Amino acid sequence: MLLVDLLAGIGRPVLSGCAAVGRVAIFAAVALSHLVRPPFHARQFLRHFLEIAYFSLPVVALTALFTGMVLALQSYTGFARFNANAQSAVASVVVLSMVRELGPVMAALMVSGRIGAAMAAELGTMRVTDQIDALSTLATDPIKYLVTPRILAATIALPLLVLVADILGVAGGFLIAILKLGFTPATYLDASWDVLRAMDVISGLVKAAVFGFVIGLMGCWCGYHSRGGAQGVGQATTAAVVLAAIMIFGLDYVLTEAFFAR
Amino acid sequence: MSGLGLSVRGLRKAFGTKVVLDGVDLDVPPNSSLVVLGGSGSGKSVMLKCILGLIPPDAGQIIIGGQDLARVSRRERRALLDRIGMLFQQGALFDSLPVWENVCFKLLAQKRITRRAARDRAAEVLAQVGLAASVGDLWPAELSGGMQKRVALARAIAAQPDIIFFDEPTTGLDPIMGAVIDGLIVDCVQRLGATAVSITHDMASARRIGQQAAMIHQGRIVWTGPAATLGNTGNAMVDQFARGEREGPIQMELRR
Ligand SMILES: Nc1ncnc2c1ncn2[C@@H]1O[C@H](COP(=O)(O)OP(=O)(O)O)[C@@H](O)[C@H]1O
Ligand SMILES: [Mg+2]
Repeated sequence: MLLVDLLAGIGRPVLSGCAAVGRVAIFAAVALSHLVRPPFHARQFLRHFLEIAYFSLPVVALTALFTGMVLALQSYTGFARFNANAQSAVASVVVLSMVRELGPVMAALMVSGRIGAAMAAELGTMRVTDQIDALSTLATDPIKYLVTPRILAATIALPLLVLVADILGVAGGFLIAILKLGFTPATYLDASWDVLRAMDVISGLVKAAVFGFVIGLMGCWCGYHSRGGAQGVGQATTAAVVLAAIMIFGLDYVLTEAFFAR
Repeated sequence: MSGLGLSVRGLRKAFGTKVVLDGVDLDVPPNSSLVVLGGSGSGKSVMLKCILGLIPPDAGQIIIGGQDLARVSRRERRALLDRIGMLFQQGALFDSLPVWENVCFKLLAQKRITRRAARDRAAEVLAQVGLAASVGDLWPAELSGGMQKRVALARAIAAQPDIIFFDEPTTGLDPIMGAVIDGLIVDCVQRLGATAVSITHDMASARRIGQQAAMIHQGRIVWTGPAATLGNTGNAMVDQFARGEREGPIQMELRR
């Protein structure tokens, strides 16, 4: 009896978890299918693309700059303990960590807080005020109109933001190296450039696109299915950010494994 | 353009164990105007959402223009739903779009009109609900409750539907504004030559809008008759509801 209860206690959440994953997957598949089925809502796409790519620039830029600065400082004090060749070591650490890892992850987390939350709140409010139902009665598919443009915009915008983050992160490290640690600019830049491979940049951008997709998907999913008034919208917003962050870290590991493990 | 008839047969819907609709039957002949009365939480909005295909019913048939929605092809179904207009209880205006885009949303979505022409068309429809053309450039959040209802009405009629549903069009408005909205509804429905189904729990409004009336209670239609007789129909339940009396066959469930 006890064993059965125990199994049921484990089984129920596992099953409902699987069901939820399945529903999210179907939601994503439906949203993606609208990419190839006209009509297209280009105006909606542009609005969200601008919102994500352009208006996220300041937050992403500041985050990347400070991350690069901290990275240079931390790795310098760390390597000093081993008497390593500090100059090229610091340059490599900064550029590789930024481009492969911290650029995509930091930008994704900031965008998730900014955009994923906003998507969930906007769609959630539309849900509880019947605006989503109203779309259906006005000859418009709500997923095509609301969800597909947002997910597409996030998926395309994040790699662009990460490109900026990469450059500013390296610039942040460069600033500290030159102004504070007294390295020579040319040597530092050469060291950075030498260690960098195309694959480092590509893997970072692929990660960014995947993270963008996840942010858009979770923001839309949580908002679209929210219920129960203002409180429900609040919960949807929190869930969108938390779920996206967890998935970002999980997928970051999976993608790193796929790109660099041998 | 001519009105579409509507029939509902044995419509059932439960949320979990809570049965909201328990076999609703309703007949609305083309070009007539029916008001559905019922207390708060009696499932009036759920019934409309089932008819509009926004909530899947558990059982029952919905027949619009003689065609059973569940039996026609997706295309025909879409074509039928396309002839329906709906005014939501809270207006449900899109707050990310200016008023003129709200009003012409469906025409724009179906590319029946250019964006430039939509502004003029919006001004025309706004005039029909007594609003100035300049309102078209405002945002829904900048409007008062009564103006929002008017804009929502304009949006519902802009694509010239053949059957229109009104979910509590006067709830939350002062009595004078309520009467004004009722007048607009009657005008618009007449001008379109459409069939109208309105939900309300406001007796004055019911008499103004409806030719026929029906009362929903505990998930079923318990009475239908001419709207003019509301208040002395001879049906104890309807009369209690119409006069707003506490004593009678209807017991308010304060807890369940
Ligand atoms: N999506 C839903 N999930 C669960 N219960 C619902 C849902 N929509 C409506 N209900 C319940 O159905 C009942 C009828 O609601 P509604 O049709 O909105 O009432 P009204 O007659 O005031 O319009 C209410 O008790 C409400 O709680
Ligand atoms: Mg209601």
